[in-house]
Amino acid sequence: MKLRKRRKGILSRLLRALFFRKVPAKIGIYGPPNAGKTTLANRIIHTFVDENEDIGVSTEVPHETRRAVRKEGVLIDLKSKSVQNPYLNANPDSNVTSTPEQKPREGKSKLKLDIVDTPGLATKIDFHDFMAFGLEEKEAKKRAKEATEGVIEAIKWLDDIDGVLLLMDATEDPYTQTNIVIIGNLEARSIPMIVVANKMDLAEAAPQRIADAFPQHAVIPISALKGENMGELYREMARRFR
Amino acid sequence: MEIKMDLISEDKINSMGSTEKLRFILDGVKSGNIVILEGGLTSEEQMKLIELTMTEVSDDFPGIEISGYQAKRSFFNLRRKPRLTVIGPAKVMRTIKKDKDLISAVVSAV
Repeated sequence: MKLRKRRKGILSRLLRALFFRKVPAKIGIYGPPNAGKTTLANRIIHTFVDENEDIGVSTEVPHETRRAVRKEGVLIDLKSKSVQNPYLNANPDSNVTSTPEQKPREGKSKLKLDIVDTPGLATKIDFHDFMAFGLEEKEAKKRAKEATEGVIEAIKWLDDIDGVLLLMDATEDPYTQTNIVIIGNLEARSIPMIVVANKMDLAEAAPQRIADAFPQHAVIPISALKGENMGELYREMARRFR
Repeated sequence: MEIKMDLISEDKINSMGSTEKLRFILDGVKSGNIVILEGGLTSEEQMKLIELTMTEVSDDFPGIEISGYQAKRSFFNLRRKPRLTVIGPAKVMRTIKKDKDLISAVVSAV
């Protein structure tokens, strides 16, 4: 039954890919809380839609995003200035080197996508954690309740997603069960993914640790906050999600 | 305070249906037990367990801690065979180190 359902999922994706290319692919931004999912979503919107528009609010409090937010029809243009020059928004103090420029083929430089910013996936949500950030008990419990609903919503969105940007915090150990479960589910559903090693601007960041943990997947180090190496991510998105 | 550990055989787990299996695990964990599954859960089952857990999070039960080895590929690299999975109440269990073949966790009574 499960196998039949999975086959149906793969078949419908294949049919859609062959006959319904006009519909933009829905790309979900997934990852644990505080990996920088909303910061990345905002960065993409600022670059390709409107630099004053935010898809959501990002703070240091975990589970700030408790509802999935979809931005439709984002046109990723690889020829735009900010993509052509990956150092345009780069932090001059950063010593990170970018990979060599790969020019997109003529006619393949634009890609329309729907971007879905999802709540952080977690196996536990304790209201005391929110109180540590100064929230009153009542407010903390309300947030915890909403956060649990957010996790369920993020999981349900996997049924409708065509590709995933899996965000990980490059300053933390990537070999967590949450990351393994997400990757396992995406592989089982044959959903294309890019592992994004965020926060590369921080001194303690070790993107290589992520690449070593998941060698079977493309890993792109970025700083969504500082806009570093975003060009390489957009080019990889164009290659993988077209 | 004593903490009970349930070591469940692969045969026992395989004899249960998908929902029954997850219910069995979550009931054990909500009672304060550490549940260790020989054979483990697939990624899809673990995701369903997370989903089910989220519906039952409360002030007293903040969720679960789950750890397991990455599935082994078998049958011409097509099938993923899960290995051991450990699930415990988040209040008492915490994974401190984990890699491909080692899980190090601390269990502390509250």
